[in-house]
Amino acid sequence: MSGERLLTIDSLSVTFGGLNALNNLNFHVDEGEIVSVIGPNGAGKTTFFNMISGMVTPTAGDIVFRGESLLGYDPNQVTARGIARTFQNVRLFANMTILENVMVAQHCRTKQGIFGALFNTPGFRREEEDIREHAEKVLGFFGTRLIGYRLHQPASVLSYANRRRLEIARAMATKPTIILLDEPVAGMNPKESEELTGLIGKLRSEWGFTIVMIEHDMNVVRDVSDRVVVLDHGETIAQGSFEEVSTDPEVIEAYLGRPVEGAS
Amino acid sequence: MRARHAPRTRVDWFLTFLRLALTALVTVGLLAFIGQQIDPDNFFARAVNDDASRLSWESIKDLVVSGLSQGAMYGLIALGYSMVYGVLGFINFAHGEVFMVGAMTGMITSNKLADGGLWESNFVLAILIAIIVSVLCSTMTAVVMERVAYRPLRGSPRLIPLITSIGVSFFIQYTSALLLGPGAKSYPQLPDWLRDDISWLGIEGKKIVVLVVAAVSMAGLWYLVERTKTGKAMRAVAEDKEIASLMGIDVDRTIVTTFAVGGAMAGVAGILWGILFGSVTEFTGFLPGIKAFSAAVVGGIGNLGGAMAGGLTLGSSESLAPQMVLEPLGVTGHTQLKDAVAFLVLIFVLLVKPTGLFGERLSSEDRA
Amino acid sequence: MTAHLESQASEVIPARGVLDQDWRKLSRYGALLALGLVFVSLIGMPVKLDSRVVVEPYVSMGYLSLLWLPALLGYTVSAEKVLEGMASHARGAHELVAGAVVGLIGGAGLALLIWGLDTRDLSDPLVNWGDNLLGLLTFNETVGYGMLVWLGISAGLGLLGGLLHVLPRTAMRAGLTALIAVFLVSALESALDDISEGFRLEWLFEWLFEARGGLTPKGAVAVAVVAAGYVVFGRNRAKAVRQRYDAMPTVERTRANAALLVLTGVAIVVLPMFLGKLTNELLANVGLFLLLALGLNIVVGLAGILDLGYVAFFAVGGYTTAILTSPNSPGISPELPWLLALIVVIGMATLAGLFIGAPVIRMRGDYLAIVTLGFGEIIRLTVRSDWASGLTGGAQGITGIPGADILGVADVRGIDPQAVFYLVAFFCAIAIYVSWRLERSRLGRAWMAVREDESVAEAMGINTVNAKLMAFVVGAILASFSGAIFAAKVGSVFESSFKILVSIVILVVVIVGGMGRIAGVIAGAVVLIGVLGGPNQPGLLAEFSEFKLLIYGALLVWMMLKRPEGLIPNVRRSRELHQEEFLQDAWLRGQTDDDEEHNTTQGGATA
Repeated sequence: MSGERLLTIDSLSVTFGGLNALNNLNFHVDEGEIVSVIGPNGAGKTTFFNMISGMVTPTAGDIVFRGESLLGYDPNQVTARGIARTFQNVRLFANMTILENVMVAQHCRTKQGIFGALFNTPGFRREEEDIREHAEKVLGFFGTRLIGYRLHQPASVLSYANRRRLEIARAMATKPTIILLDEPVAGMNPKESEELTGLIGKLRSEWGFTIVMIEHDMNVVRDVSDRVVVLDHGETIAQGSFEEVSTDPEVIEAYLGRPVEGAS
Repeated sequence: MRARHAPRTRVDWFLTFLRLALTALVTVGLLAFIGQQIDPDNFFARAVNDDASRLSWESIKDLVVSGLSQGAMYGLIALGYSMVYGVLGFINFAHGEVFMVGAMTGMITSNKLADGGLWESNFVLAILIAIIVSVLCSTMTAVVMERVAYRPLRGSPRLIPLITSIGVSFFIQYTSALLLGPGAKSYPQLPDWLRDDISWLGIEGKKIVVLVVAAVSMAGLWYLVERTKTGKAMRAVAEDKEIASLMGIDVDRTIVTTFAVGGAMAGVAGILWGILFGSVTEFTGFLPGIKAFSAAVVGGIGNLGGAMAGGLTLGSSESLAPQMVLEPLGVTGHTQLKDAVAFLVLIFVLLVKPTGLFGERLSSEDRA
Repeated sequence: MTAHLESQASEVIPARGVLDQDWRKLSRYGALLALGLVFVSLIGMPVKLDSRVVVEPYVSMGYLSLLWLPALLGYTVSAEKVLEGMASHARGAHELVAGAVVGLIGGAGLALLIWGLDTRDLSDPLVNWGDNLLGLLTFNETVGYGMLVWLGISAGLGLLGGLLHVLPRTAMRAGLTALIAVFLVSALESALDDISEGFRLEWLFEWLFEARGGLTPKGAVAVAVVAAGYVVFGRNRAKAVRQRYDAMPTVERTRANAALLVLTGVAIVVLPMFLGKLTNELLANVGLFLLLALGLNIVVGLAGILDLGYVAFFAVGGYTTAILTSPNSPGISPELPWLLALIVVIGMATLAGLFIGAPVIRMRGDYLAIVTLGFGEIIRLTVRSDWASGLTGGAQGITGIPGADILGVADVRGIDPQAVFYLVAFFCAIAIYVSWRLERSRLGRAWMAVREDESVAEAMGINTVNAKLMAFVVGAILASFSGAIFAAKVGSVFESSFKILVSIVILVVVIVGGMGRIAGVIAGAVVLIGVLGGPNQPGLLAEFSEFKLLIYGALLVWMMLKRPEGLIPNVRRSRELHQEEFLQDAWLRGQTDDDEEHNTTQGGATA
């Protein structure tokens, strides 16, 4: 199931105005894994994603992807190197069409510039076709919802669940190695969550992505993760399979506090 | 904005080069100036600036005082920019015109008073009346501006009110030109004791007046903002509009007050400008307005003390740099480039310390 | 129960009682009208525009500048936002009275002004206060006469404004179109004069227009009838054509578009041959500004960067051309041919775009605006200074720029406005082509993404710094083209042609026309620069020269308040700015997403 070590996070720390958002965090992902990152609110999970994707600079520690340190890289350089992400509060390009959203995500994998565009060179036309094909392929992953007449509608008309799907489609379109999913099923009803859980599995089995996922919905976590990492106060407090982690007393304490006498 | 470790892209290298180049330019210029003062015929001067001459202390003092008095006015105008930016997050491009309205109405009032004779007989009373009228008019202009052009745009993307304010600026400029006639209009002549130098200081009386009035206004503003309830409300709304309204503060009213106070400060600056320079046109507000905004940025946007400091800095640089940096470097016609200096200072500060000399104070919505 | 509800639904929506008015609203509008009328009078519009006649001998432009206000306000006081299927009351006498009252109050304000003009002297400081204005407002009769007449006219026009609500839609449209048509035809008088000479239709022109200027009464009626006739009869036909166009399959539509393009091209080539020198000169001016506006449209409209120092690139083009081609150029004077100089111009513009763009690229939008403004000024002041005068001629500028020698085919210089127009049109075509192609390219999508949400765009792999710099460079090159042609046309360059005012006027054109949409920018340039005039040039309505900048300022404010997306909006941008309404519309039309319908028709997406 898993292959080479893709991503290693080594003693990562960041401080925001006196608050230790991340505190000597250690983490790793191997190729082909689906790793879930869970933890109570404020544990630093999204900050963790922001660090990996280059949007926030750590105060200490290292992020090594495929043997290369990612520190100091801009977000677009990180994406170009193969790590894509979705956002917790869906941030689509609301006034661009659905197709355009997914086409523009392929920016770092394509190269035609001004000259190709102005002179309509065969290279330009071929690339545009490829971009469009790939976009439709990615959108087709979600069934009939995001294709057909939908392609040319602005993203703002989509329902909430479809917006989340488009978020993921955009990340897929950047042709990454690792996808960071930030609460992919937040706000979805049980049926939609169940469907998306299956799709996340397919992201790995059919498309070969490695997934790191922040989630609060434990059903999803249990159904799809190979490994679960628990964060609290910016540190890793537990790691292992879902069963191991969900029965770990430290984890329970982090979520629920110290148990009262007699409660389980 | 993320902090960057070291220059990585070509743009970063270029920017670092720019920073170094500007710093080097200023340093070399200053050194050359000092060299010129010591010996006007030194090797550098001979190579670069043939007719270099020593600048007398008298001249230097004049330049400093001019720079400070002009800077004080920039500072007063900058307060309005800073306050509005701190509260609403956009640049009120038309604030320079509020200043112009103050100067214009001051001109009209003082000319009327001169016709009536009060200007000569009781100057202090006359000027006081003129100040009050200017301040009233400029405050009203600012308040109306907010109500008509900016309030409906609360919550739009930030560039929209900026563009609107450009339109307002034009509108006011050309209204003034059309209503009152184009071209320069002069203030009546100031009494002797203002025009002449105050003997032991050797500084023109009117420049002292400018500095004193500016200082008094600043003090008044400080008192308003720090010690009164209104000021507290202004600070709260500047910090976070939503929370302030939840605390029971009438946000709309506070914003109007902010505009009014900023307008009043600009009005004071307007009449001071009239006293200092004696004439005003419909375009008088444009360039000082932009420079005042630069001053606000240089001092740290949203930061009132910074706005005044920025104004003084900009005014002094504008006054001194042509003579102390450009001329020693052999730039002919250096005084023509005075305005360019102001913009260069802005660019330099933004390149080196984008949050301004004293740090920004923005509302939580606007913080990057 | 159902019977009761049904009978309620079949009741006619009652009209509001004539006296059931919102008096506070009426007084507000009335006061606003009074203020407007007095303002327009005191800024000198009625007096200065009186010489321009719209319909001889009845209406001059001066009076028109006052007359439109009561009509407009009489209309808007009763305008309501009608929610879907929920008209609040039937339109009738209520609206007429509302309009009339507003007009009356406004007229009273004007009457007060007349009285003031007669009894007091405020000519210091109000420059337009005086007998000229008094005479115009009293129609050169007595004061009392003037006051009463204006009360009546204003009330009447207010009533007419309200009438527009009561009339059936076709009648209202016909009436308005007729009025606007008469105004337009009269405004375009000099252009029509030229055109009619070119097409040997002088007889038509002479029938329509008086010798001294202004439409003849018969001509005005004829124009009004034709316009109204089109609205009543021809509109449906136009609609049918439009529907056929929309329904065309892509292949046919491309062919139709190509045909339209060829027709436009032919028109552009052929038309100037029939137009007189003055009109061609005007068109050339419009073209120069259009070129600038198309460039700024890429920077502001596509990439979302507010560059207030855009005139700097215009200056780079102009001065580079001047230095390289003019024999009078101080400093270096290689006297290159224009085309060769153009190549250098492109290089200089690229450098300028990079040089100005690099420092500002990471700044907040509004800071960027001011800093670019500063750059524009720095360049102008430097070019003007003694220090640089060795190269640029300082305040004296550079004269003696030869015309543009286009491969020996033509020598384009200012005395031949037709040639200038062709050259400008050619470059405008290039600019349009560039905008059109870039919008649909990888770079264009990157620009859109950067404009939408810059940090997310970065997260999607877009190098936002490079994308924005590219926008700067493309915009700079287009502006420099305009500068190069400008230099050859005028024959000299002075720093006074490159003030901040120019940047802002171009911005007004782009914004009022519609940011991002090429047709909008063209419309904006033609309407604003062509009719009202550019910063230093008069338009068709030369009398408006004094007022045009005031109007531009007011237009900018009004546009931002009502329709931020401009006259001919880019569909995308109006979505951005009217998100709420757009979503509601989509919901009403049933076009939003409905997961239910997709869940039942599975396409193989189950877990």
